This record gives sequence, C-alpha cells and structure tokens, in this order.
Amino acid sequence: MLEIENLTRRFAGPGGRTVLDGLSLAVEAGSIVAIVGESGAGKSTLLNLIAALDVPDGGRIALDGVAVSALDEAARTAWRRDHLGFIFQAFHVLPHLSLRQNVALPLWLQGGDDATHAAAADRMLARVGLAGREDSRPAELSGGELQRVAIARALVHRPRLVLADEPTGNLDPSRAGQILALLRAQVVEAGAIGLLVTHSLEAARTADRILRLADGRLAAAP
Amino acid sequence: MALPPLTPVFVGSLWRRRTASALSVLAIALGVALGLAVQIINGAALDEFDRGMRVVAGEADLQVLGPGSGFDDSLFETLALHPLVAAASPVVEITARRIDGAGELRILGIDILRVVAVNPKLIPVPADGADGDARFAAFRQDALFPSPALQQALGVVPGEHVLVAAGQGRARLEVAGGLPGMAGERVAVMDIHAVQTGFGMAARLTRVDLRLRDGVGSDAAREALVSLLPPGVRLGAPDESAARAASLSRAYRVNLTMLAVIALVTGGFLVFSTQALSVARRQTEFAFLRAIGLDRATLMRWILAEGLVLGAVGGALGCALGYGFAALVFSLLGGDLGAGYFDGTEPSIYIAPVASLAFVSLGVAAGLLGSWAPARAAARIAPALALKGATLVGAAHHPGHAVAALVCFAAAGLAAALPPVDGIPVAGYAAIALILAGGVLALGGLSAWLAARMPARHVATRLASARLQAMPGHVVVAAAGVMASAALAVAMAIMVASFRDSVDQWLDRVLPAALYLRAAESDQAAYLDPATQRRIAAIEGVSAVDFLRYDTIRLGADGGAVTLIARPVSDDGRELPLVGAARPVAQPVWISEALADRLGVGTGDALEIPLAGALHAFTVAGVWRDYARQTGALVLPLARYRQLTGDARANNAALHLALETDAATVAGRIRAHFGAERFELSAPDEIRRISLRIFDRTFAVTYLLEAAAVAIGLAGIAASFAAMAAARRKEFGMLRHLGLSRRQVGAMIAAEGGLTAAAGAVGGSGLGFAIALVLVEVVNRQSFHWSMDYRIPLLPIGVFLTALTVLAAVAAVLAGRHAMGGSAVRAVSEDW
Repeated sequence: MLEIENLTRRFAGPGGRTVLDGLSLAVEAGSIVAIVGESGAGKSTLLNLIAALDVPDGGRIALDGVAVSALDEAARTAWRRDHLGFIFQAFHVLPHLSLRQNVALPLWLQGGDDATHAAAADRMLARVGLAGREDSRPAELSGGELQRVAIARALVHRPRLVLADEPTGNLDPSRAGQILALLRAQVVEAGAIGLLVTHSLEAARTADRILRLADGRLAAAP
Repeated sequence: MALPPLTPVFVGSLWRRRTASALSVLAIALGVALGLAVQIINGAALDEFDRGMRVVAGEADLQVLGPGSGFDDSLFETLALHPLVAAASPVVEITARRIDGAGELRILGIDILRVVAVNPKLIPVPADGADGDARFAAFRQDALFPSPALQQALGVVPGEHVLVAAGQGRARLEVAGGLPGMAGERVAVMDIHAVQTGFGMAARLTRVDLRLRDGVGSDAAREALVSLLPPGVRLGAPDESAARAASLSRAYRVNLTMLAVIALVTGGFLVFSTQALSVARRQTEFAFLRAIGLDRATLMRWILAEGLVLGAVGGALGCALGYGFAALVFSLLGGDLGAGYFDGTEPSIYIAPVASLAFVSLGVAAGLLGSWAPARAAARIAPALALKGATLVGAAHHPGHAVAALVCFAAAGLAAALPPVDGIPVAGYAAIALILAGGVLALGGLSAWLAARMPARHVATRLASARLQAMPGHVVVAAAGVMASAALAVAMAIMVASFRDSVDQWLDRVLPAALYLRAAESDQAAYLDPATQRRIAAIEGVSAVDFLRYDTIRLGADGGAVTLIARPVSDDGRELPLVGAARPVAQPVWISEALADRLGVGTGDALEIPLAGALHAFTVAGVWRDYARQTGALVLPLARYRQLTGDARANNAALHLALETDAATVAGRIRAHFGAERFELSAPDEIRRISLRIFDRTFAVTYLLEAAAVAIGLAGIAASFAAMAAARRKEFGMLRHLGLSRRQVGAMIAAEGGLTAAAGAVGGSGLGFAIALVLVEVVNRQSFHWSMDYRIPLLPIGVFLTALTVLAAVAAVLAGRHAMGGSAVRAVSEDW
C-alpha cells in the first residue's frame, strides 16, 4: 500500500512558492489511480517525491510500511531499483540496446543470472505482444511498440509501484486505448500499485480512481 | 555587408557551444603555429646562410673549389691570366681551434690586393690603435680581422689576442681590426701568406673566386676553364653551397613540417568530433529547417561554413602564435632547431607571407575537411524521422569501412616501396597518410571488437559495452583524435629510440680506443707530423695508436664535399660499423650510406677518387653507417693513402692503453709532454655523452610536437564526451530512475571513455608501429641516407598508452559530470 501524509514541498527564492501543501493519499495494491491537473499544478514535483528523486520539506511517504522519505540517497536508489517501475511519455528506450536488453535492464541492476534475466525479458515481451522481436533494435519499432517495450521494462522486475507519466501522450487514440488496457492488465495481474499522471480524461478514466491536483492538494475529480 | 539571415542559426551555434569551438580553434591554431614556426625558423636560417654565402663569394661569377687540403697554388696564376677572367682572388679557408677559450674560428686567408676586385666586402679595416702602421696591418702575419659577429662570439675587441692551434704548434693572433662588410657572418680574414705558412697550407689554395670579363657567360667560361683543373678541383657557381645547405636541411625541415601537419590533422579530427556531435544534437533543428524548405545542399554548405570559420579563426590565431613561437625557439635552439646545419650564422625572424598564407589555408582546410562528413550526414537526415528524434546520426559503422581500411593499408605498403622525389620521401609521407586513413576506417570495427571482449559483470560496463558495440560510429568521432595523436607519439618514440639506440651502438663501434687526441677542429689547420706521431706512440702507458688523417674531397657529378678518412683498417673492414657484408677487394674503399646513395654505387663497384691532384681507382669493399656526416664519407687504408699522396701527417689519434693504465694518467702525460693546450684529449665516454646530448637537443622539437598532438587528442575526447554527455542527459536520467546510482552512471561513462580511448590507443599504437617502420625504413633512409635498427621501447609506450587511456577516462567522467547529476533526473521529467 502507498501512503502519503501531509506532504509539503516548497521552492525557495524570490519567486518561491509552496507547490504541495499538506497533500495526503492512500492507494491499495492492485489498483490504479489517475492524477490530473493543470500544467504547473505540481504533478512533476509529486512524482519526483514519490520516486524518491526529491526530498519533501514535510510529511511522509511510505510504501508497504517503509518510509521512503527517511532513507538516505544510497538506500533510496536501491529502493527505486527494487520497488519502482517507470513509464515515460517519451519512452526513453535505449537505442543501442536490443528489446530484450532494454527490458532486462532493471534485472541487470539487481544482479543474478543472465539467462534467467533474458528469459524473464522474453516472457514480458511476449506478454506485451512483442514475441519474436527480442533481438530487434528500438529504431525498428513504431511509437506504440516502443511504449509496449517501456511497459515491459517497467514490470519485468515485479515492482510494487508503477509510475506512468503521460504514457499515451505520443500515441494516437486507438493505440492509446490498447496501451492503457495493457498497462492496467499488467499492473493488476502483478498486484502492483499504478499511479498514472495525465492530461487526458480519456486516459484517466481507465483508472480505478481519478484525483485532481490543485492548490497543492489532491481532491476527487468531478 | 549584411550577413546571410541564417548566420545566427549556424555560425552562431559555434558561440553557443563555445568550449568545444575554442578547443577546435586551439587545436588548429597549434598545428598551424608549429608548422609555420618550423618554416619561418628554417627559412630565416636558410636565407641568412644563403646571404652569407653570397657575401663571402662577393661579385664572383664562378668559384674554383678544391679539397680541404687544397690544391697547388700555381693553378691560380693559370686562372688569373686566362683571357676570359677579369679578376681572380685566391682564398685559403681553414677552421682553427681556439686554445685560450671555447669555440673555433673560420679564417679566410686572402690576398688583399686581389680581393678588392672580386669581393670588396672581405677587405679588412685596421683598428686605429693596431700595432704598427695601420695601413700595413693587413699584411702582418699575426693580424686577424674578425667580423663583428665573430668578435662578439669570441668576446674580443681590437687590440686583444686570440690563441689558436696552428700546424704543429699554436699561433697568437692579434685582433688588428674588423671586417665590417661581413657584419652578420662569423668569419675572420688574414693575409693569405700567413695562413699558408702558419696553418700547414704552404703553397696551397682551397678556393679561387673568379670574376669574368664583361659579356662572358658562365657556361662558356666553365667550358673553357674546366680542362685546366686537376682531378678533385671543380668549378661551381657561388650559390651552389647555399643550395646544398638548403638541400641538406630540407629533409629535416620537411620531416618537422610533416609532424606539424599531423598535429594539424589531429586538429581536423577534433573539428570532426565536435561537428559530428553538434550535428547529432541539432538533428531535430535541421529536420525542422528541411521541413520548412531548406534544401540539402544549402544545409551542407552552412555546416561547412561553420568548419570554415573554425579553420579560419584557428589559422589566423596559429599564424600569430607561429611567429611568437618561432621567436622563442630561435632564441633557445637556433635556426636549425638544434640540428646543426647552420652553425656560424645569426639569422633573424622575418615575415613570410607565402608560408603564412599557406598555413592559414591548411588551417581552413582542416576545418572544412573536419566538417565534411558531419555536413554530409546532416544533409542526409530524413526530416520526418528526425523530427520524432528517432535517428542516430553517425552512429552506425559501415561494413565497407573494413574493406576500405585494408585497401588503404595495402596502398600504404606499395607507397612505402617507391623511391624519393627530388630527395624528399613523398611516397613515404603518402604511406603515413594512408596508414592513418586506414586506421580511422578500421577504428569503429576495432572498438566494437574490443567492447565485445570487455568483462561485463557490472551493469555499468555492460551498458558501456552494449553502447560501443551498437554505436561504433560514435567511437570513431570521439577517438579519432586520440588515435592520430597516439600513432604519432608511438611512431616518434619508436623512431627516436631506434635512432638513439643505433647511434649508441655506432658510437661503440667508432670509439673503440681508450683515449682520443685531436690536433684541430678542421682537416688542415693543425696536424701531427711523423715525429709527433712517434712521440705520442712512445708515451708511457700507450700500447698502440691508430692515426687518422682527414681531408675534404670533391666527388661525384655535383662536386659535393665528401669527408675522406685515412685510417688503419683490416681487409674485411671489421673496425667499421658495416651495413651488410664486406667484400675483400684489391684496392678497397669503404663508403658511408649517404655517399652510396649519392653516387649510386655499392659494394663491389669501382670508384675513382681524386688524391693529390690525380685520380686513383678503388673498389667499394663495403658500406658503413655514418651518423656524423650527412654529405658522405669514405675510409681508405692509411698506408695506401700515404703511398698515393706522400702526406704522412695525421689529424687525430686513437690511443689504446696498456693494461691497468687509466686514460686520465696518459692524458696527463701527453699534456706534460706537449703542453696543456696543444691537443684536445677526450675519453670515449665524454664524446658519447656530448654526442647523445646533441642528439637529444636535435629531437627536442619533436617531443614538443608530440606533446601538442597528444594534448589535442585528449582535448578531443573531453570535448566529445562533454557533448555526448549533454546529448544523453535524458538517458542518464532514465537510468537514475531505474535505480542506477550516480556512481554507477559515472562508472558507465568512465568505462565508455576508457574503452573509447583504449580503442584509440590500441589502434593508434598499431598504426604507430607501422608508421615508425615507414619513418625508419623509408623516410629517414631517403631523407638522411642512414639506416637504423628497429627498436620498440615497450615499457615507455605501455606506460604512455595506459596513462592516455586513464586520462581519457577521467576526461570523459569530468566532461560528463554535469550530465550525471540532478539535472539529468529532471531532464527525464521535463515532460511530467
């Protein structure tokens, strides 16, 4: 379970402001929450804090009872490696790695046997519909296929929390629907927690809950 | 004039990436500066030497030149009375060793009444305070008239005395005045009779300067006069000596220029690196411009214009640096950069517009050629793909490159087998260029091969390996400069080590005795007569003595000077550093490699040698290695020389000592017996030390060029990685999201940098071995006519390559530091 309590983040300086002001959230395993909001509402700040890439000024973030915000940098890096999966709008698939290597990347970071990693990556690729393309290079894929690779990479190491940033922002509506359905199916099947940040209400509607971020706090979207 | 509207988009980008641009400009500037400085320095020295030769020759139309031991002075009368000759001036030229101080004196013995008509600049001007009647001072037997430059070099003024070795003893010469007409030359004049009698040149002349009657052409005069000359004496134009000096030093100058050009090529690679990376970063921008109507050719021209600006700025800066550098080196090493071709001249820096323009143009060419491939890659970008950021400019490696590399290497092998052109190893330099080109073409494949063999236990090295295997084109961009500079450094290290080692071994062979005695600096000014030779041999502790007689004779169609060495030598020539096998023959002569090349003769060939005014037939019994005389030398058995010439004198002696006798003791006895200053006495160790010091000084400039090239190569890898790291910020950020620590990202960049540099260093060292082979076997052999044994200084090369790789890895990490930090993490989140 993801628990966020009274999260506060301020930015100093002449134009400084409080971006997150006592924000709280709780998400059960096996469910997906969509967060929508205007540009500049603080979505990036919230995701950075949840991903332990930034440190809050106040409040607490805990995943399955572990207070992430209390960890030091090395521990945060290790925590991210073991428990988080990321899906980006721009895919960020490494062009110099094959699809298998791209998907296996989080497993490489955890160490272990190469053959096992390759087999796990191949299974994930098959689950996202890319069986037989394991040795292909990213340059040979379409945008929708690249995002499938990104989903496979985000889930291959069975993370507890998947953060998806506009995962369909670069895709046409029909492919976006397929990708979101795939993401939902994979997250639910893995028993993970999904946090989906999007501007698209269409996309948000595929989540179990939709929350709007405004004035530094989350509220249920109408 | 208004600039084209797209100037800020393209040329303006040079300012936006000003660190990389500055490095490219600096690299080009260094290459231009070094090349131009070599030209300025050597050109100024040559001009000064040429001017000196002309001043010494004065208004002479022709010169009759004889051997160092001179020719019979009765020839003078024959020449002076010839109807085609308007005036003739006899000269005896000697070089005398100074006894009461350091240095030597080049003395021209002149007939003051004759010199007026041919070369008035050689007229001595007595000082007011000279002893006796100033009008007749020039005829005094002890009166010396040094030029202002020589007075300064010797530290003497009129009225003071100079003690020199002369004939069998010494002469105390009074500085009786000056030689204002020869202000820049280190030379002195004396009365001809004084030189002939005082320096063992009685009834001998070394030169006669001739002024022809009006309307008489020099060709006609040559035809009429040549039959009057005895063997070994020749007619020449006054500028031939300057041309010979120019020819001798040209090979050295061309070699240094080629090193500077390689430094410039390294600069070109740096331009290539920065431009290629810049194109990769700006591909979306170019795609947009193409999408709104910019055609391929215009895009390519603009990127070439960026290279042109880099080259022009670098060239102009290099031009200014070149003059400053020349002035600095001139004051430290002299006009021949320490090589010893122009001793006795005092040249000064001058503006060389043609050389300056040529090197600025080379700088521009480096900028343009460095930008050519990136410009072509930019022009080929598919706008639709690039707008989506889906292309990787220049990342791929074409399989055809391996074939092209092999073709380059094969062509280099063929070029290395070609003969020189006008004494310059043009094909040898072409072979070096082809080897470098082949290396660049093979670099991508080599790096992929190395990357595939890199241990990949850690994720950082695994990612680095995967990237380098998938994108060898990027390795070529980053490592080309390192490879070129490593190749240059390794090649020079091997060449210099081979040369130094060979010189060392050669010194062992030519210095077998325990003590060496020298009567004079030059062939004739002072000598050992038979009585003195017997007295030396009888000194207590001396077990055996080899006496040596030196002369300078004129040999071959060009009448060039050749050193004759008459010395005891076995039938098989085993005392000499022979190259190849000797052949026992009846009348043997052993010739140096330079002479063998010049005359086109070898072992077993016949050779006629002018001795004592007659030609004598000899057979070449062997060819020997001589690092001391680039103009050529020959060795005759001393007994045969004496038999043919009747000259029983010697100049030097090699003393072998009895057991348990040390050289210092024997030297002390010789000084006690003959006087402390009569002879120069040297132990072989001292001669070796001085010789090797001169050798090291000669190569000082090449070390500077190597260091510059290596610095440029390292700057290249730093610039490349800085640009690549900036372009890969989102990739680093994504890896940080996935759980790579900052240290792991740093390790990945270091592994990439190290592997890239290793590919450059390994490839460069391979090329360096091949280039060294070309330098040793082709360039040096054809330029300087001496061979050497190939020696690889493995330890220094290994240390250098390891240091280069580590430095490059550090440079890569430092360059990528910014991209590893928090900004990288945020870079991924820019769209959140």
